[in-house]
Amino acid sequence: MAEAATPVLDGYNFAYLDEQTKRMIRRALLKAIAVPGYQVPFASREMPLPFGWGTGGIQVTASIIGRDDTLKVIDQGADDTTNAVSIRRFFARTAGVATTTRTPEATVIQTRHRIPETPLAAGQIIVYQVPIPEPLRWLEARETETRRMHGLADYGVMHVKLYEDIAQHGRIATGYDYPVQVAGRYIMAPSPIPKFDNPKMDRSPALQLFGAGREKRIYAIPPHTPVKSLDFEDHPFAVERWTRRCGLCGAGDSYLDEVVLDDAGGRMFVCSDTDYCAGRRADGHTGEDAGE
Amino acid sequence: MSGPLSPPGLGAGFADPVGDAQRSFRRIMDAMARPGTVVEVGGAVMPPAPLMPATAAVLLTLADLDTPLWLDPISADAAGYVAFHCGCTVVPAPEQAVFGVFADGRRLDGLGRFAVGEADYPDRAATVVIQVAGLGTTGGRRLSGPGIDGEARLAVDGLDDGFWAFQAGNRLLFPLGIDVVLACGHRLAALPRSVTVREA
Repeated sequence: MAEAATPVLDGYNFAYLDEQTKRMIRRALLKAIAVPGYQVPFASREMPLPFGWGTGGIQVTASIIGRDDTLKVIDQGADDTTNAVSIRRFFARTAGVATTTRTPEATVIQTRHRIPETPLAAGQIIVYQVPIPEPLRWLEARETETRRMHGLADYGVMHVKLYEDIAQHGRIATGYDYPVQVAGRYIMAPSPIPKFDNPKMDRSPALQLFGAGREKRIYAIPPHTPVKSLDFEDHPFAVERWTRRCGLCGAGDSYLDEVVLDDAGGRMFVCSDTDYCAGRRADGHTGEDAGE
Repeated sequence: MSGPLSPPGLGAGFADPVGDAQRSFRRIMDAMARPGTVVEVGGAVMPPAPLMPATAAVLLTLADLDTPLWLDPISADAAGYVAFHCGCTVVPAPEQAVFGVFADGRRLDGLGRFAVGEADYPDRAATVVIQVAGLGTTGGRRLSGPGIDGEARLAVDGLDDGFWAFQAGNRLLFPLGIDVVLACGHRLAALPRSVTVREA
């Protein structure tokens, strides 16, 4: 899906941000890479869209993107939802960069709450939009305390939380934003991706960057870095499974969205990753609801 | 020869400040994210001796009025260049600096004095550029850690033997510690504090 050429706006610096802001963010990114999983504070700017709409991810993308890059933006796996379309157009207008919906063609992928099904490759950079970067925030409200807990690697409270899940529900009931430990040290919020995507972060050949605009934090996972989803020996981490396959492309290995079709109980399951689904259909795969 | 941002005697900074800084940053980030990777930067940059183009590229990309810089005695004459092109303050003590430069990897007096960050804020640590005589990715030391698929190799010439003992101590401070960039001409490699280095 190639988009019509978008005219580049006059009067803005390349990629919207001024150069001093980019340098500040670039310095934060390097420190974030040097200390994987640690949240580096940064002077988040006001952007021409509200906090909560991906301003952290946009600032990170604006600080790394160049004229030769090809940008893909997804929102819950889809390239064609409002947030994805707006951000893609924002960079087409302010940076004049090429955009794509094809995961393998992208050099920079900005994402809200999914990791593409197509495995990422070395040289690609994925930028996550993060609403709440602090994994301990729901357990300890004070920033001074959570900082100290990270400093001392004092993570017992997180294991207690997971244990209470098991005590109440018989299993770890966290389904998204499932906490991970990066390189054996920092516990990190992977942003609200489904836990289905957590294994994709582990030793990924791509560089993973995280930006939280409202909370003013940047963090990172370098390539090939171990990312472990927290669990217990007798309650090992496991991802969601479906008894259904994608109704459009028949995929049995992708994260599925449930779509209600009518008020009589009709529903179908489709791939959340629209590019993956379209690619499979182009290759001739079909699901049982295709063509209806 | 002078570029557009270079009055006589002040060398040349980035000819395209926006585009060159972006390209340079991506390569520096690549080096930092994948220790053992040697990247090329600073194509047309012309700093005064003894600064190398790669060193100047790091400073032009990352240093500004928010980042105090420490220059070792050998590179002290470059203060005018960085003051003009980066706008950063040159400070007399490593403890005060966000960036540091050693012009000669065999003379590292003061390397242990840079800020290593605090337990609650390990990002408040210095980034130190050390100029060396040679950088290669075959033979040399064995690197492992975040950013490395198994093992990487980095061969460095013109670096004081004591550096590797310092680096091992720096690794033990993790998540505190300084981050090092090794510069050689137009090329550089990074040793973030997370990297573990073993002898060949």
